[in-house]
Amino acid sequence: MQLVTGNHLRDGTVIYFAGAGAWSPSIDEARLVADDEADSLLAEAQTGPVPLPVIGPVLVEAVKENGRIRPLSLRERIRVSGPTTGPAAATRR
Amino acid sequence: MYRYDDFDHRFVDERVAQYRDQVRRRLSGELSEDEFRPLRLMNGLYLQLHAYMLRLAIPYGVLSSTKLRKLAHIARRFDRGYGHFTTRQNLQFHWIKLEETPDILAELASVEMHAIQTSGNSFRNVTTDPFAGVAADEIEDPRPYAEIIRQWATLHPEFSFLPRKFKIAVSAAEDDRAAVKMHDLGLYLRRNDKGEIGFELLVGGGLGRTPLLAQTIKPFIARRDLFAYLEAVLRVYNRHGRRDNLYKSRIKILVQSLGAAKFAAEVEAEWQAAKGEAVALPDSYITEIASAFALPSYDRSPVDEAALEQAIATNPAFARWMKHNVAAHKVPGHAIVTISLKPVGQTPGDCSADQMDLVADLADALGFGEIRVAYEQNLVLPHVRRDALFALWQKLDAAGLGSSNIGLASDIICCPGMDYCSLATARSIPIAQRLARHLSAREDAIGRFNIKISGCINACGHHHLGHIGILGVDKNGEEVYQITLGGDAGNNAAIGTIIGPAVKSEAVTDAIDKLIGVYAAMRQGGETFPQTFRRIGAAPFKEALYAAH
Repeated sequence: MQLVTGNHLRDGTVIYFAGAGAWSPSIDEARLVADDEADSLLAEAQTGPVPLPVIGPVLVEAVKENGRIRPLSLRERIRVSGPTTGPAAATRR
Repeated sequence: MYRYDDFDHRFVDERVAQYRDQVRRRLSGELSEDEFRPLRLMNGLYLQLHAYMLRLAIPYGVLSSTKLRKLAHIARRFDRGYGHFTTRQNLQFHWIKLEETPDILAELASVEMHAIQTSGNSFRNVTTDPFAGVAADEIEDPRPYAEIIRQWATLHPEFSFLPRKFKIAVSAAEDDRAAVKMHDLGLYLRRNDKGEIGFELLVGGGLGRTPLLAQTIKPFIARRDLFAYLEAVLRVYNRHGRRDNLYKSRIKILVQSLGAAKFAAEVEAEWQAAKGEAVALPDSYITEIASAFALPSYDRSPVDEAALEQAIATNPAFARWMKHNVAAHKVPGHAIVTISLKPVGQTPGDCSADQMDLVADLADALGFGEIRVAYEQNLVLPHVRRDALFALWQKLDAAGLGSSNIGLASDIICCPGMDYCSLATARSIPIAQRLARHLSAREDAIGRFNIKISGCINACGHHHLGHIGILGVDKNGEEVYQITLGGDAGNNAAIGTIIGPAVKSEAVTDAIDKLIGVYAAMRQGGETFPQTFRRIGAAPFKEALYAAH
């Protein structure tokens, strides 16, 4: 399974493509599709009025477990939950 | 400290205005990301994992208290209340919003700072000795030359689109505290037989995928010929440097492939050919720039050394700080203080806005308002009277800045790694945090010891130069760490040797323990780790690390 993620143009926050032109900061709202639908999903995510709200949209692998979406790679898990380095980096302004 | 003249102010203000318009056009959709990306990078704005990152320039690592307070303000107003000092004497803010970056650059311009050329295939921040101007072992203050090179290198029309980025370091001391040999181009100030000051020129250093040390191609260049010779080097690089292969585009690859002697001959020929038309660096301009770096008016009244000795004798923690964090100053009665940004268990190089404000206040009260940034990711107060040291330490310690670990095992150089960086292949900060916690209690017994950690092959954490270097890589989705031994920066610069297969994250601490164990058992006299490594070779370390595997 795959989903599309990128960063928000204005503030750089991590966002996920939720379908129908919508993007969400919550990975659980991401549209998760089978691998053979992934390219179509990426194309759809890059369609819409200019400027797109996202920069650097890419496909990443993920699974759905107990109703929650979990990316497979550590890099993407860090993008979901933030730096693992301690409390100083934990709170967004 | 160098102050902007009218030209500098106008130049930086115009850049802010240009950038503000570029951001406006990007947010309105007039510019695509492909069009905008090189423009934001020219102003130091990267996109990292969680947000935009702004890397701003701290020319040769010199800050005033006013500038540091501005950085604290930016950290609070536009970031999450902290910044990260880098191995190139710069600062990075990791939680930046694109729409706010024009205002940040305007704030920086108001204190004579910017983020120009902190990215891209151009000259990057010119770095130097953080003890410059006050070191007891230097032949002349290198900062005026660093400033002159900065001016020459800023938007140089011929060299704004080099094959790849280009880093220059300058040092004037016997003890190379600027890691000159790991730079694309290095300059050591030298005095010739006639007593004239000039430069030894080195080229071709760099870390990353192909770590190489810079080699001397000209033992002495007269000061007046500095620009002419730099231009000759850059022209040869511009002409022959690889633009077709990113991994072979740095000048070190060109010097390696041609050989240092042939490269030197090419430069010499270029220099001779252009000699008549090259701009000479006049003594009058050196004098003018040097006047901006005149030493402050020190209070030369006698220092109460007895009181200082008493404080040292009755306070072991202060005594330890004096031993590790305080260096000799060339003016009697004064000291150079290094403020560690490596509190055990914290992120190396991070500094909170409150800490920045405190350091600025202390610099004003006790150090003529001047602060330096060391490439080891620490701060330096270069002008402190010795009778102020105890009070200074107490205030630093109360703010979490009293760590007494400069040059020791917990003074770890570490890049942001995969907790922040989009290039990283593994985390580096958690490894540094674990190692510092594990080793700090016995770091005095271990002695001078440099651990350097990078989260990818680009080597921002200088792992090749660590006594023990640690490189995080991804192996089938798992973080593993490759260990190198025997690296060193400075006068005895050496590229570390890969010791064997990478170890898993949870095994790093145990592995480093074993390697230190070999060193502790085998070292002779005051040998450093690299000295012991070179004497006994890799075999005992391999045996200790891999025997049970």
